[in-house]
Amino acid sequence: MSTEVKHEGSLGVAMKRKEDPRFIQGKGRYVDDISLPSMLYMALVRSPYPHAEITSIDISQALKVPGVKAVITGKDLDAAGLGWLPTFHGLDKQMVLALGKVLFQYQEVAAVFAETRGAAADGAEAVEVEYKPLPVVADPFAAKADKVILRPDRERKTNHIYHWEVGDKDGTARALAASPKRIKQRIWFQRCHPAPLEPCGCVAQFDTMGRLQFYVTSQAPHVYRTALAIVTGIPEDKIHVISPDIGGGFGNKVPVYPGYVCAIVGALKLARPVKWIETRTENLTSTGFARDYHMDVEIGATAEGRVTALHVATTADHGAFDAAADPTKYPAGMFGVVTGSYDFPVAHAEVDAYFTNKAPGGIAYRCSFRVTEASFAIERAMDILADELNMTAADLRRKNFIRKEQFPYPSPLGFTYDSGDYQKTLDTALEKIGYNDLLKEQAAKRARGELMGIGISTFTEVVGAGPSKHFDILGIKMFDSAEIRIHPTGAGIVRAGTKSQGQGHETTWAQIVAEELGLDPQNIMVEEGDTDTAPYGLGTYASRSTPVAGAAIAMAARRVREKARKVAAHLLEVAEADVEWKEYKFQVRGVPAKSVTMKEVAFAAYTNMAQNEPGLEASYYYDPPNMTFPNGTYVAVVDIDRETGESKVRKFLAVDDCGTIINPLIVEGQIHGGLTEGFAMAFMQEIQYDSEGNHLNTNFTDYLVPTSQETPHWETAQTVTPSPHHPIGAKGVGESPNVGSPAAFVNAVMDALSPLGVRHIDMPLTREKVWRAIRDAEAKKKQL
Amino acid sequence: MKVNVQVNGVPYERDVEPRTLLAYFLREACGLTGTHVGCDTSSCGCCVVVMDGSRAVKSCTLFAVQADGHALLTVEGLAEGGKLHPLQQGFWDQHGLQCGYCTPGMLLASYALLKHNPNPNETEIREALAGNLCRCTGYQNIVKAVQQAARSNANAGTSQ
Repeated sequence: MSTEVKHEGSLGVAMKRKEDPRFIQGKGRYVDDISLPSMLYMALVRSPYPHAEITSIDISQALKVPGVKAVITGKDLDAAGLGWLPTFHGLDKQMVLALGKVLFQYQEVAAVFAETRGAAADGAEAVEVEYKPLPVVADPFAAKADKVILRPDRERKTNHIYHWEVGDKDGTARALAASPKRIKQRIWFQRCHPAPLEPCGCVAQFDTMGRLQFYVTSQAPHVYRTALAIVTGIPEDKIHVISPDIGGGFGNKVPVYPGYVCAIVGALKLARPVKWIETRTENLTSTGFARDYHMDVEIGATAEGRVTALHVATTADHGAFDAAADPTKYPAGMFGVVTGSYDFPVAHAEVDAYFTNKAPGGIAYRCSFRVTEASFAIERAMDILADELNMTAADLRRKNFIRKEQFPYPSPLGFTYDSGDYQKTLDTALEKIGYNDLLKEQAAKRARGELMGIGISTFTEVVGAGPSKHFDILGIKMFDSAEIRIHPTGAGIVRAGTKSQGQGHETTWAQIVAEELGLDPQNIMVEEGDTDTAPYGLGTYASRSTPVAGAAIAMAARRVREKARKVAAHLLEVAEADVEWKEYKFQVRGVPAKSVTMKEVAFAAYTNMAQNEPGLEASYYYDPPNMTFPNGTYVAVVDIDRETGESKVRKFLAVDDCGTIINPLIVEGQIHGGLTEGFAMAFMQEIQYDSEGNHLNTNFTDYLVPTSQETPHWETAQTVTPSPHHPIGAKGVGESPNVGSPAAFVNAVMDALSPLGVRHIDMPLTREKVWRAIRDAEAKKKQL
Repeated sequence: MKVNVQVNGVPYERDVEPRTLLAYFLREACGLTGTHVGCDTSSCGCCVVVMDGSRAVKSCTLFAVQADGHALLTVEGLAEGGKLHPLQQGFWDQHGLQCGYCTPGMLLASYALLKHNPNPNETEIREALAGNLCRCTGYQNIVKAVQQAARSNANAGTSQ
């Protein structure tokens, strides 16, 4: 029957990406590429003050600007019941446009709608707002005092948002008190920003049927549809959300932003489509920031270096609204993974979050909800402990790793780690990078007074949110979904509830379907991001696409296969029980010569299906039984210029264990990208506010993105420990390099500076900070 | 005011506001949306196009009127006769892109580089692309893509 060559399988193949031809020819379709007839442009008026009462807003001059069609303010929205927007984890709300006062610099105050981009900007300039400045609370420690209550709209009249804790508080305190060795360190993970190159934006249109057509840069289009229905009162069937091509997201495009609501209101009010594309400044100053965790980390250990207890107390700065996009039950996200790769007998973690006069957020920037913070804290603290014990960073880790026979491992903070072989991953990394030679080189350099450092990070992540028992966003459980149709010729389409922002789903999802069904991945089309066609899913962030939607795709494909088996039995003229799926074909059990391909079965499913139901399609909603736990060992080698404080990353090796690999090319690309973002946080990025609440990094000249010149050369390698509970054993990888690498960089710099007695410097490790640390250390030495 | 330009060999005459930036002229007046805008400060390079054959310019930092009478090359004009340009092929083969947003600017900046220096080494490539930001790839595969294109150009030259 078949003239096809033997199918070799599609999993683990470094297939070139199917989406690339359109991107390399300028044929991508990003939201700003969408232009609709008679479309208006929207610009936002933003507050110059971090905290102020609004005494008046005069829109009369703005309305006289040629081309301006309308201006709306918070009062207009409030009158329509749209003054506030619930934040994604449902524990707070956020003003759409300022109501009575502003709470952070660059807060949205009014929206201007005009015929052109320029006219909208002119109109925004012409809106006159009078402010009466109020006292500013610019840091969470000041917020604790409650001298100024920032959110009197809330029931509890305090700046304290929540206290969250997990673990054995008393047991941890006792174990720490009894430990012969203890270290304690305040570690700040600075405020940073995902800054995808494409800013956020949308086009809103009410079509001739009165239905909202909403094109938006969303990592979670289905959740947007539901959230918009809840916020606006528009019935959900009358909302169509389309996430077109997205120019990077990294968590920044998960929340629903005030600008989106304003654009929809404008489109409704003016009965014309409205486009809003934020500027880079708007992106950096008002949309979801990440981190800003002040973590007091304490580890107890025996004199031999066996860890006995971990305590972490965190003060979190959430800005003016609690807009962290965390699952409902997890206000501090997955911070409980802070015990990392180590077998702590007891641990306790707590987070206290506060309002300040800064932009809202605390989103999961390339991170599964606060995992980056947790990972950085434990990996830094382990190095400080190693120093204290006079052990190498590698030896201390080896001594305390969760051993591979301990999996599934119940962590003291409530997770069940699925699988891993940390020892093997570390050994692979140290051997590959030549750790012993590096140590010798370092000793020689130290003798000459040169500053060379080797930094290790042996991190464990928790991703793939998540089991419905624990995880929801706005009440919606965090499953994901897939729908597969195989056409008569053996081509097909798969739709999923996720949304790629560069991760390459059009390729990897096709590979999973092709692997499960023995079809050609080139002819499996992937479609995501359209709520009218794709099945409901929670979207792409927190490394959940492969662990959750990837599993749904494999399971849906297996349902297709079961359906196909009946048709195959008919074609092979045997009972269904005698048909087996082997080597990507249906065979008569024990008679390999008698076989049919999926392609042949697909054709028969439409042309010769006998008594079977026609067609060949299936869907699957996958509720993961557990999270997945990708892990890795990263090693950074740095040289520091004593005179300038400049750190040069001479070598970097990432050994990742993300379980089964779907496409090694894409995995490697994800790792390169994530490492570069980790490098940026370690050495150059910080969203800074001055003590008056002024935002100091409002564009790419002040908020630095590494260029091709600074970015180090990345080396990568893999160990593969499949997830035992995932249908294809995959764990997800997109975030590992961003989660695991900051500690490797910082540990390397601190290792270089350790002969000077420098113990810790908070990121970013700019030349100035490192230079000052060297100078201060040298001055101190002279005094002694 | 009237602006006359040649874009990818095609003449465009458009009447635009004097303040119209070249990037928006290309995107909105000419409908060539492959040229992107990613910042307000000439930092990101998503908008790079090539002017007069070999000069990479940031089209967000020029007014459309400044391009009057000039010839421009945008990403839409790289492929010829349905055949990808060696740079496009290189980016595809070497996985030199992920979200694709910086890619047109990267391609055009690389195009200008290869016009001036047909066989650049890694340092030269990294230096030439320092005005183009990428948040996804970490640049390593972009360097490989440009090297592949340079090799491919050299081979094509030899075979002729």
